[in-house]
Amino acid sequence: MTPRTLYDKLWDDHVVHQEANGTALLYIDRHLVHEVTSPQAFEGLKLSGRKLWQAKTVLATPDHNVPTRDREAGIVDPVSRTQVETLDANCVEFGLNEFRMDDSRQGIVHVIGPEQGFTLPGVTLVCGDSHTSTHGAFAALAFGIGTSEVEHVLATQCLWQKKAKAMQVKVDGDLPTGVTAKDIALAVIGRIGTAGGTGYAIEFAGAAIRALSMEGRMTLCNMAIEAGARAGMVAADEKTIAYVEGRPQAPTGADWESAVAYWRTLHSDAGAAFDAVVELDASAIAPQVTWGTSPEMVVPVTDRVPDPAEAPNAVKKSDWERALAYMGLIAHTPISEIAVDKVFIGSCTNSRIEDLWAAAEVVGVLARSGRKVAANVKLAMVVPGSGLVKAQAEAEGLDKIFRDAGFEWRDPGCSMCLAMNADRLEPGERCASTSNRNFEGRQGQGGRTHLVSPAMAAAAAMYGHFVDIREVLQ
Amino acid sequence: MKPFTTLHGLVAPLDRANVDTDAIIPKQFLKSIKRSGFGPYAFDEWRYLDRGEPGMDCSNRPKNPDFVLNQARYQGASVLLARENFGCGSSREHAPWALEDYGFRAIIAPSFADIFFNNCFKNGVLPIVLAAGVVERLFAEAAAQEGYRLAIDLTAQTVTTPAGEVIPFEVDAERKHRLLNGLDDISLTLQHTDTIKAYEARRKLAAPWLFV
Ligand code: SF4
Repeated sequence: MTPRTLYDKLWDDHVVHQEANGTALLYIDRHLVHEVTSPQAFEGLKLSGRKLWQAKTVLATPDHNVPTRDREAGIVDPVSRTQVETLDANCVEFGLNEFRMDDSRQGIVHVIGPEQGFTLPGVTLVCGDSHTSTHGAFAALAFGIGTSEVEHVLATQCLWQKKAKAMQVKVDGDLPTGVTAKDIALAVIGRIGTAGGTGYAIEFAGAAIRALSMEGRMTLCNMAIEAGARAGMVAADEKTIAYVEGRPQAPTGADWESAVAYWRTLHSDAGAAFDAVVELDASAIAPQVTWGTSPEMVVPVTDRVPDPAEAPNAVKKSDWERALAYMGLIAHTPISEIAVDKVFIGSCTNSRIEDLWAAAEVVGVLARSGRKVAANVKLAMVVPGSGLVKAQAEAEGLDKIFRDAGFEWRDPGCSMCLAMNADRLEPGERCASTSNRNFEGRQGQGGRTHLVSPAMAAAAAMYGHFVDIREVLQ
Repeated sequence: MKPFTTLHGLVAPLDRANVDTDAIIPKQFLKSIKRSGFGPYAFDEWRYLDRGEPGMDCSNRPKNPDFVLNQARYQGASVLLARENFGCGSSREHAPWALEDYGFRAIIAPSFADIFFNNCFKNGVLPIVLAAGVVERLFAEAAAQEGYRLAIDLTAQTVTTPAGEVIPFEVDAERKHRLLNGLDDISLTLQHTDTIKAYEARRKLAAPWLFV
């Protein structure tokens, strides 16, 4: 048999029907639903009188709109409240499993799926959210869809898809201390650009990827969409299996044994052909900081803000000029001299326990030498990805480390990743953020976002400007 | 869904690369639980000088005179001319809803982001990929001639310029068929119900843990 890629295997196992033109009807095993991209889908079902194909394959939770403090008081903004109440009502009407806002298991869809064992190796998983690529960390085929497709999956358990091309991003070598999965993700995007992966499904491979924890792999796959790839994935290994074991919705008993046997086959065969291969050396990656309004506008923390005069072409030159004007930055400024007004540690990219450990470690080290959140930083907030992450962090005393240093410790949700709730940047404010998008207005109209890892964000909070985390941790 | 067959539309050029869906429809408007009414808020942050909120009456809001869609010559445009990687970022289908509601039925660019591209077809909007050089030329022509219109024929898969130049474009046959006829995907898929059930039965034997 011809050697197959991981993507080929996942694809082949889910084809229900193949059209001659290459379009396939793909079976969808798991569907995550949140309040923002689902109301029109449920409305569509109701209007057409259609039933749900299989309610049990769905897990729903509100995350984008939920407040991150004083939650008992409910949602103040009436429009946000209506959206969350609409989700609640739809889940009751259609019999869906929902973790409501007051449920201890509520959180960002991409954090709770893996946490519950709802995300499993070998599944196809979709959600009306582009960062669904996160779940590919489990050797799953996971991608974001639009609302019409949400409705389509609810009604048919299937999607019409054309197979993408396969790209391998191979990262070998050892990551230096303080350099994380987030830095790999940003370095990859810096290399191939935000459209570099368009039309591809990316498999991340190589020794540096195998060395990452499951949390790190999720961070990496999460950002695949920022490289233009709808799906990112990593082969299953013993770490994958160990992470899934014992989770509430993971298989048990004989099912577990046969599942594990299948999961062990979820890797690209030796000699499998990729349409494109990109290679990076992990040991050469430095902590990354974005300077512009697209994730590809990124440089190592040791570098300077680039000069549009040095842009590779005219379109990029005008993009860079516009980005610098929006970001209020001057070419050649050292990154370490950029001061921040706010710090956000959270989002589906970096709000898992390991991210909070990394941030708390930095805060702890600096606090021992008497540092607190710098005076020029108006707000430094930590927003755990789920109620369970929050509970674990509190049990381990992380909340105390953050609070004592002057951080705010909030309730789980998307929060300032996209500022649909009350957490946002004011015009002109500059933020060190562990989220995934630095688009204009993403964190609030006129807000200026710099994407970094949790450790880098924590250090920026304590110094009031960007610093090289490798020096802090020495 | 509205079928799309032919269009002879005024062209509005949006000269920036990587226009993301946050820019096309900012997040505060995603709080709506409806599918319509997003047009007045399309490109809200670029189009108006104040901060837009859902439900606002846009007729009296201060417009940004520098934004291309606010120029008198582009009022009533139904073809959007754009640069590479148009529609990147968030998967929000509100982006094509907003563009469609604004009045755009076709978007021409050298490349599109995948999810956005897909979402357009489900909402009666035709995304057309043309070579970067051709797009460059259309930008120049649209800037040079006021009232510049393109004729788009989906059946023939052509874009025709005012000078009579005929530019062919590619479109997936299945998508073309659905768009031409305004067909709803779900009813087509449900014709495969037996095949889906047969797949499930097979899969249940091979991977029973997937069926909880
Ligand atoms: S945390 Fe941000 S990127 Fe992730 S799902 Fe929420 S809004 Fe989207």
